[in-house]
Amino acid sequence: MTEITTEKARIGAPSAQPFINGFTEEGENLSPVNTGTNTSTTSEQAPSAGPLAGASAKSHSHGGGVGVPDSSRAGRLTSYKLADFKPLTGLEEDWRFTPLKRLRGLHNEVLSGSAPSVAVTAPDGVVVETVGREDRRIGLAAIPEDRVSANAWENFTEATVITVPAELQLDGEVSVLLTGTSTEASAQHIVIVAERFSKARIVLDHQGSAIVSENVEILVEDGADLTVISLQEWNDDAVHASSQQAKLGRDAKFKHIVVSLGGDVVRMTPSTRFTGPGAEAEMFGLYFADAGQHLEQRLFVDHAVANCKSRVLYKGALQGRNAHTVWVGDVLIRKEAEGTDSYEANRNLVLTDGARADSVPNLEIETGLIEGAGHASATGRFDDEHLFYLMARGIPEDVARRLVVRGFLNEIIQQIKVPALEERLTEAVERELAASDN
Amino acid sequence: MSTLEIKDLHVSIETEQGTKEILKGVSLTIKTGETHAIMGPNGSGKSTLASTIAGHPRYNVTRGTITLDGEDVLAMSVDQRARAGVFLAMQYPVEVPGVTMTNFLRTAKTAIDGVAPALRTWTKDVKAAMQLLRIDADFAQRNVNEGFSGGEKKRVEILQLELFKPKFAVLDETDSGLDVDALKVVSEGVNRAHATGNMGTLLITHYTRILRYIKPDFVHVFVDGQVVEEGGPELADRLEEEGYDRYATGAGAATIAAAAAAQA
Repeated sequence: MTEITTEKARIGAPSAQPFINGFTEEGENLSPVNTGTNTSTTSEQAPSAGPLAGASAKSHSHGGGVGVPDSSRAGRLTSYKLADFKPLTGLEEDWRFTPLKRLRGLHNEVLSGSAPSVAVTAPDGVVVETVGREDRRIGLAAIPEDRVSANAWENFTEATVITVPAELQLDGEVSVLLTGTSTEASAQHIVIVAERFSKARIVLDHQGSAIVSENVEILVEDGADLTVISLQEWNDDAVHASSQQAKLGRDAKFKHIVVSLGGDVVRMTPSTRFTGPGAEAEMFGLYFADAGQHLEQRLFVDHAVANCKSRVLYKGALQGRNAHTVWVGDVLIRKEAEGTDSYEANRNLVLTDGARADSVPNLEIETGLIEGAGHASATGRFDDEHLFYLMARGIPEDVARRLVVRGFLNEIIQQIKVPALEERLTEAVERELAASDN
Repeated sequence: MSTLEIKDLHVSIETEQGTKEILKGVSLTIKTGETHAIMGPNGSGKSTLASTIAGHPRYNVTRGTITLDGEDVLAMSVDQRARAGVFLAMQYPVEVPGVTMTNFLRTAKTAIDGVAPALRTWTKDVKAAMQLLRIDADFAQRNVNEGFSGGEKKRVEILQLELFKPKFAVLDETDSGLDVDALKVVSEGVNRAHATGNMGTLLITHYTRILRYIKPDFVHVFVDGQVVEEGGPELADRLEEEGYDRYATGAGAATIAAAAAAQA
C-alpha cells in the first residue's frame, strides 16, 4: 500500500531537515478554517504543503537519523474500509482547508440518507445498469483515499454502471442527471467504463439540494477516448464531496472537466492513474465561488508508467465576503515513468475584497528521464485600476466585470464542446456575477 | 464644434500624511481642432489634471468645474465621460487579465457608439489602424496590454484613440519611454486623428521632443498645480532651451539656490 522511494526531487517542498519534537512542518501553514481562530481573509497563494501522508507514515526515515518529510503522494493511505481512516480533526494535510463543521456529517455519520436520483439519457448502444454492492465492476478503477470517500464506499446500497461497449463511437453525449431532494447525509456510487477503442462524452449534471459523498469510478480501457464532465450546479445549501478516480489503459485518452458553481461546500478530488504507456489525460476545472461558498479541488495525476502525457488547467473566480476556493494539484512522476510529459496550472481571479484563494501545486519527480514537467499558479486581482481602464473606454462597470470574468473562464468552458452546455454555463457564470452585486 | 472648459479647478488626494492639494486653480478652454500642450516639471500636477478629466476615483475635486459643451463632466461617471467623447491615453496602461484586444476594442466601440460596429468594416478598420501603428496582427488575440512592452502599450493607446474617435483626447505623457521611431509612429497616429478636424487634443508632456512631431497651437506651463505661463508654439522652443528652472520661485528657488551653493 505504501511505497516510499528514496530518490525524489519535490519542487516546492521544504528541504530535508531534522524534525524537532513537537513541531510539524505544516504547523505554520495551517489554514485558520479548522483551528477556530480568525484571520484576515485575503487572496493568497499558500506555500507548499506539508506531509501528504499525515501521521500514517511519520515514523519513516532515511539514513543517519535525518528525517525526510514523508510528503510523497505515493504514501497516501488508501482503503475500502472506513475504519482504516482515523476520525478527522481538520488538521490533516488533505483536510486543513476544508470547513469540517459544514460537512453536515459526511465524515462522521452513517450515510443512510437517500442519494440524489440518477436519470441517464444515452445514445443507442450504451449500457446503463443499476447494480448492487457485489457487482464485479465495483472497485475496478478506484479505491478511497480519504475518510469521506471511504464512508460513501461503505454505505452505498446500489450503483449506476454506464458502459460504452468496445469500439462504439458516440456522436451525442451521455447525460447523467443527478437530482438531490434530501438533506440527509447520503452515499452515491457511479461506475463509468469506456471499453477498448470506444469514444464517448459523459456529463454528470449535479442539481438540487443534497448532502452527499460520491465515488465515481472511471475505467478508460486501451485505446478508448473518454470525456467526463462533472457539473456542480447545486442549490445554495448542498454539501458535496466527490472522488472521481480514473484508471487509464494503454494509449487511452481521457479528458476530465469539473465545473463547480453551486453548493455551500463542494470538495472535488479527481485523479488520473496511468497503467499503460502512450495514454494522455487532460484535466480542466472551472469554479466560481461567491460569498460564503467553499469550493475545493484536489487533484492527483499518477504517472506510474512510461510515455504518458498529462495537462492540468484549473481556473477559478472569487467574489464576495468569505468566498473561499482551494486548489491542490499533486502530480507524481514515478521512477518507472520515463518519457513523461506533464504540466499543471491553476489561475485564480479575485474580484472583490474578502475572498480567499489557496493554490498549492505539488510536483514530485522521481526520474530525470522525462520529456517535461512543469507547474504554475497565479492569483490575480481585478482591481479598481482595471475597472478604471475599461470604464475610461466607455464600458459600464457591470459589462466590464462580465467581460473580464467571461474572458477568464471561457478558456475552460470552450473545452466542453457541447454547444448547449457551453451556453448554459456561460449564462450560469453571468448569473453568479450578477448575484453577488450587493 | 465642441468645447471642453476647465474653470478654477482645485484637486486634492488623500495621502498617508493627510489631504494634499495638487491642483490649485487651473483654467483651460480647449476647442475641437485645437492642440494644447501642457508642459511642466515632475510633480507639477500635469497627470492629475489628465486623470481628473477622465474621472479617476483617487482625485477629489474640491472646487471648480469641468464642462463639455456646457454639460457637467464632473457629475458623470467614468464610462459616461468616455461616451460623451473624452478619451484619456494613459501614462501607464494596465494589463487586463482574461480579455483579448479584439473583444475589448469591439466592446468599447459598441459602448461608445451605442451600437455594435458592422463586423466586416470594423475588422478591416482595426487591421488597417494596427498596420499604420506598426502593431503586429497577433496582438489582437492577446489579452489587453498583457506582456506588452512600454512602447507597445502606448501604441495600443493611440490605436484606441484612432478607432474610438473622441471629441477630446487627453494624452498623458504618451511620449515618455518611447524611442524616436516609436515616437514618430505614435505622433503620426495622433496627427491622423487630429486631421479629421473633429478632435481637440490636450497633450501632456515633460519633454519638448514630441512637439517636433505634433505641433501645438497653445502651450501652457504648469508649475505647482497652476498654469504659470501661456503662449503659442514659440513658448515650447524657449522651454527646450531654458528648461523649467526659471519658473522655480519662492521655496523652490531657495532650494535650488541652496543646492547650487552646496555644490559650489
